[in-house]
Amino acid sequence: MQEARVIPLQRADRRRRVPTSAAPKPDGPIVEPTPLHPTREHPPVSAVRRGIGDALGFAVRRLTGDYPIDEFGFDPDLTERVLLPPLRLLYKNWFRVEVSGIENLPVDGGALVVSNHSGTLPLDALMTAVAVHDNHPRQRYLRMLGADLVFQVPLLGALARKSGQTLACNPDAEQLLNAGELVGVWPEGFKGVGKPFADRYKLQRFGRGGFVSAALRTGVPIIPCSIVGAEEIYPKIGDLKTVARLFGLPYFPITPFFPLLGPLGAIPLPSKWHIHFGEPIPTDSYDAGADDDPMLVFNLTDQVRETIQQTLYRMLSQRGNPFLG
Amino acid sequence: MTPKVVLVTGVGGYLGGNLAARLAADPDIERVLGVDTVPPPKDVVRTMGRAEFVRADIRNPLIAKVITSAGVDTVVHASTTTNPAGPARRMVLKELNVIGTMQLLAACQRAPSVRRLVVKSTAAVYGASSRSPAVFSEDDAPKDLGSSGYAKDAVEVEAYVRGFARRRPDVSVATLRLANLIGPSVDTVLTRYFALPIVPTVLGFDARMQLLHSEDALAVLELASLGEATGVFNVAADGVLMLSQAIRRAGRLPLPVLRQALPAAGRLLRGARLVDFSPDHVRYLNYGRVLDTTRLKAEFGFTPRWTTRQAFDDYVSGSKLRPVFTPTLLAAARRRVLETRT
Repeated sequence: MQEARVIPLQRADRRRRVPTSAAPKPDGPIVEPTPLHPTREHPPVSAVRRGIGDALGFAVRRLTGDYPIDEFGFDPDLTERVLLPPLRLLYKNWFRVEVSGIENLPVDGGALVVSNHSGTLPLDALMTAVAVHDNHPRQRYLRMLGADLVFQVPLLGALARKSGQTLACNPDAEQLLNAGELVGVWPEGFKGVGKPFADRYKLQRFGRGGFVSAALRTGVPIIPCSIVGAEEIYPKIGDLKTVARLFGLPYFPITPFFPLLGPLGAIPLPSKWHIHFGEPIPTDSYDAGADDDPMLVFNLTDQVRETIQQTLYRMLSQRGNPFLG
Repeated sequence: MTPKVVLVTGVGGYLGGNLAARLAADPDIERVLGVDTVPPPKDVVRTMGRAEFVRADIRNPLIAKVITSAGVDTVVHASTTTNPAGPARRMVLKELNVIGTMQLLAACQRAPSVRRLVVKSTAAVYGASSRSPAVFSEDDAPKDLGSSGYAKDAVEVEAYVRGFARRRPDVSVATLRLANLIGPSVDTVLTRYFALPIVPTVLGFDARMQLLHSEDALAVLELASLGEATGVFNVAADGVLMLSQAIRRAGRLPLPVLRQALPAAGRLLRGARLVDFSPDHVRYLNYGRVLDTTRLKAEFGFTPRWTTRQAFDDYVSGSKLRPVFTPTLLAAARRRVLETRT
């Protein structure tokens, strides 16, 4: 058996100078310690393997419940990996959405995106969310404000919350804006999304201006957003009011293909879309309590509405065929 | 102001009993009186030290005698049960909650020695619905509350407390709206619910849950009884868990049930004496509830130690729940895919 040899450390040092402190000073070149259990070298994994590994990691995370959720039920992990990809397909290949004015969205901090609403089914909201997320330099999420009907419907309500939507009410909007989120609102509501095809691109009444008071109270800019193309996806040429009342819906649309072709009629027509984010309208220059001034709220509401309407007319005049762009 | 004589109601329960024990450990307090119809559990009695137990019913005018004769200056009303853990008799609980509070407040109003009142309320007063805001602040009014039920009781209790505060402006009143309690040592409707191997949920709905660790609940009640803060305060841990997420974290299996069929499933579980599925609770499982705790942190000066997730994990590990389901196979498969053969 070999005997252990004692090797005195820092012999030369000790001889040269009186030790000032008991602890040896860590001067001299730093020597990388040799690991006792060398970690196995990771040769680059192929893209396919990494993809499968990622997917499995996602599945494990989901099944162990190891993912963050915010107060509103927003689940970024699920949104990024499950909800956005199919919407992106629709966005890129079906509606071929073109986006302009993305520089008008703030890089960080809160802002209220106000947009026109159309298309019988609120696909325009979803496409705007994709447009913001995919074009913004920071890939921000658009936190949409939805009607209470959305949250009553099983599955849809849960998914809406997980994709970052919340109820369109002032407390929620202000909380999100104060937290510096990008909030999307469609103040026309059902009146806008369910308007007949003949009224296309004519803005409806902008609610009661609740969104303006939310912006005034939080001092965030309002960004008018105009969407062209969404009106043509389901041209609503009729409305079965009795059926709608039976199901508790705001309207029951008749389009050229629905309910005639049944589920096939639910396929949106492939119109060419254009989403434009306009110049931000600042609201922080008003003094405190401005949200209590109904006249100011009405005026601002009108200003936002007019901006969107004029932009819509301009965009429409530049557009050729609704389906080819 | 340090209280001299503290009266705690509901010492037979978890919060009341442990709160009395904590207050008894404070040498600055001269006397701690615990009131309930049932004595505290044996393990709590051991920790209660010098706290005295008065077997009395707060629905009985006798309580007024207890308060005046002992010269009670701080009353902590912790006996209201708004989320009974197991199946309970509805009418009895309503009596205890509402009539008990009325009697207690009437007694307090007559007692000039009373300077401080702390009421344990519940976040259930906000209700839960598709039309309520995502985050409740203290000023939000309840929406879509059932015409009866424990939440309604709590709303009535709070109304009586407000009335009392108006009639006795010299008494500082703090109402604490506690989120659902969780923890390894507490027995609540949620701890029983997540202990079921297969957890019935509402099909197509996923509730946002904000919880409160039982230790944090005790700490906030203690702080409230020693302090001066006046008003209504939401008390809840930071962060949110989705119901589905919590079920997965506990390693349970969810069983989505149609909303219409859930009362029947609830009756089945009630019949089996497992867990109570009151209509309030079903609504909570539908939509969930999140509280804004800014006022608690800024004005009251209390920040919960546990986040919702930590509190839930503490409950899962502390109550030794055996996971019914763990995705070990998937995790192993993932490791195998990401490791290349050398």
